[in-house]
This record gives sequence, structure tokens and C-alpha cells, in this order.
Amino acid sequence: MRDQKGASSTRLWVATRKGAFLFESDSARKSWQQKGPYYLGHIAHHVLQDPRDPRIVLIAARTGHLGPTMFRSTNGGRTFKEVSRPPAFATRDDGSGRTVSHTFWLMPAHRNEPGVWYAGTSPQGLFRSDDAGDSWSEASTIHDDPDYRRWFGTAQDGTPNGPMLHSILIDPRDPKHLYIGMSGGGVHESWDRGRTFKPLLDGLEVVGGFDPSDPSFHDPHCIQMCPTNPDRLYQQNHCGIYRMDRSEGRWHRIGKKMPKRVGDIGFPIVLSPHNDQTAWVFPMDGSDVWPRVSPNGQPAVYCTVDGGRRWIRQDAGLPTGQAWWTVKRQAMSADTHAKVGIYFGTTSGELWGSRDGGAKWSLIARHLPEIYAVEAFVQ
Amino acid sequence: MSGIRVGIPSPLQSYTGATEVTAQGHDLEALLADLDRQFPGIRFRMLDEQRCLRRHIRVFVNGRQTFSLSEALQPGDHVAIVQALSGG
Repeated sequence: MRDQKGASSTRLWVATRKGAFLFESDSARKSWQQKGPYYLGHIAHHVLQDPRDPRIVLIAARTGHLGPTMFRSTNGGRTFKEVSRPPAFATRDDGSGRTVSHTFWLMPAHRNEPGVWYAGTSPQGLFRSDDAGDSWSEASTIHDDPDYRRWFGTAQDGTPNGPMLHSILIDPRDPKHLYIGMSGGGVHESWDRGRTFKPLLDGLEVVGGFDPSDPSFHDPHCIQMCPTNPDRLYQQNHCGIYRMDRSEGRWHRIGKKMPKRVGDIGFPIVLSPHNDQTAWVFPMDGSDVWPRVSPNGQPAVYCTVDGGRRWIRQDAGLPTGQAWWTVKRQAMSADTHAKVGIYFGTTSGELWGSRDGGAKWSLIARHLPEIYAVEAFVQ
Repeated sequence: MSGIRVGIPSPLQSYTGATEVTAQGHDLEALLADLDRQFPGIRFRMLDEQRCLRRHIRVFVNGRQTFSLSEALQPGDHVAIVQALSGG
């Protein structure tokens, strides 16, 4: 959508515990117009607009009392309709079948595969749609692989919202080359469109006393692939911040350079659309019982511009104290403008944005429900 | 053949547009299948892919609660689908 001068607008699709919202900016990204809520009362886990076909927008949703589903727009978000067949595991009569609690992560496939999408679910499953999200089927043999079934764990091993398959990454040079993250269960790589996977854990730490060679003990929170260098991955993990250059095949804990009083625990990680050295994280208090709030109630984004050798605190405009919220793994996003906009939504329902790569923050909206995901889309 | 009256709870009325509809089926499973034919998508919100009623769905046949999909039904029966709403 372009204004009368031909400048682009930025959209923020916001998924919350009580529905989805859309915020649309002017070309300067100074003022924002709110639309929604869409499907008020539904738990919206993720909302994404297809960069290959902006007419398509998917909302992964459920309610506390009904089964999971997905809603789809084919007109850029003006109207939505429930999809024909949401992700579901195969029916088994022997009691071994699993049940999708909710779709957690949405990802359009390769640019040369229009209409193809992937979805990650809780409990962990990888699903694929070949019709722009209208119908879904199981995409991977890992669903029935004995090792993966063990690594998936159970409700006792997963997050408070269940075990999740997330961070579905597609190599822009090869549609068959994918990565996924499993919480818990580790980072995994596929060379056959997700049919099979292998763990990619070398260099990752686990909680003390456990075997780092066992994927069960790994908990990647969010993995991202550099848009300008698909061979470079960054990861916010339960045990720190990491970077991997795929040719080396080993994760390096770049979070050790974070200030000790803040630490390197958190959920989201966001990468620059313009270089492979710049990343943003949102640290949280991961001490003792994991309060999952900003350290000392003082929220801040941390940014590196040199691949993790140094981290810069970015808190100008953010509350200076008594702010007891944090940011979930899908609730932070970058736009693609030359001067990168960074956005995050909080567990207390505030939507924050920066038009200058995190140097200064301003509040876009408050009093929203708990925010689960924020996705920027420039059109 | 007269149908079976089915009471629809408010969270599912976006599918039916009505508080009560009529459906066919010799048992509860067949009835849910017929409801899905009439109102696509409604069945999966109530019944998971392992053919289990979802956690907060309750079904009453002529006022008696049942958990069995093979519960026999007769024309003229009344089936009430109830949402056990809880907080959150």
C-alpha cells in the first residue's frame, strides 16, 4: 500500500492472547492506525502476510475451549475466512496418535514455491500447505521417527504453553534446505524439504549436569537466518545467544559479551535485513525461578553491529524502572527500510517501535492483550 | 425422516448462525459428520484428530451426558452441545 507520493507504508500484524490486530503507518512511520481486533477472544499465536503474495494473510488461532484452527485472508487482510483443513496429525486407532493443541509458527516457503507454506505446531509437528494455507498436511517423517518422538518430549518437557516446533527457516538459495527449532529438542537441519532432519547442536550449551549431545536437553528459543547471508545463523537459546557460520558448523556463544548484570537469556532475536553483523535481542531475567521479566524491571534492547563481539544497550524512550514485562520469541520484528525499524510487543500489551534501529523508542499502542507475536510487513 | 435437534453453544454459533439446528445421524459420530457437512469446520473444533471430544466440550442426549461417539440416536432426539466455559 503506497501513499499519494508513492512512499511505502509499514504494517505490524500483532497476535495477542485475545485476538489479532493490525497497525499501519504513514510513510514516515510516525503515526499508526489501528485495525481490529480480528477474532476477538481467540488466542492468536502468529499472524503473517505473505511477502510473495501480499493478498495472503494467515492467523494461527485457537480458543481456550475449542480446537485449533487457522483463518486466512486472500485480500490483504480486509476479510478473513476459516481455512478448509487446519493442521492435524494422522488419526491412529492404536492410541499412538497425537493431537495438535495449536499452530504456533507460520512460514511462507521459498520464493520459487508460490502458495507453499510451512507451519510448526504444539506438540511438535511440521505441516505444509500447497494451496496458500487453505489445507494442511503432515510434512515430515520426524513425526514418527523414534528418536524425534523421544526428543519432542511431553507436556512435562515443553514450554508453559506446551512443546513447540518453531523457527522454520528456508534457505533462499535452495527450497529443499530448511532449519527448525524445537522447544525442547534442539536445532535441526533438513536437505529434503523437511522430510528428514538431523540435529545441529555442536557448540550449544545445556543446563549444567546434562549431556549436550542429547537433543532432549536443548532449548533453542528463536533461530534466525541472515537475509543477506543464509549461511549465517543467530540463535537466542535457553542457555545464551549464539551465532553459527554454516560452513564451520559450530555454534559460538556470542552472548558472553553481554553485561553480566543483564545476562544473555531471552526469547526473541531479530536480524538486520541489510547485513549479517547486526542483531537485536531482548534480555530477560532468567535467574532462579525464571521470572521472565526485564532484569530489575528496566527493559532494554541490546544490539550488536559486529556479529556479537560487542553489545550496545538501547533503552532511550523505554521505561527506566518498575516495568515488569518481557517480550516473547515471536513478538519482535524488523522492517526492511534502509533505516531499519524495530518493533516489539510486550507481555503487558504494549507495542513499541523504533525508526532508527533501536536508538530511540516510542510507544505505538498500549492496553492491548498479552502480545504473542509481532510481524512487520513493508508494502 | 425427521431430524435430530441439536443445540449449539455460543462459541460455535459463528458456524451455524443459529442456537439450534437440525441434523441427521444414527449415532453421535454420524451426527457430527452431518453437522460438518452443513457447517464446514465445526467438527474439528469439537472433536480432535484422534476422535476424542475436546476438553471443554460436553454432549447431552435427551438430557443425559454422553462421552461416546457411538451413542445411538433416533429421529426426534435432542442433542445439546455445551461448552464448559472456564476463566482465562
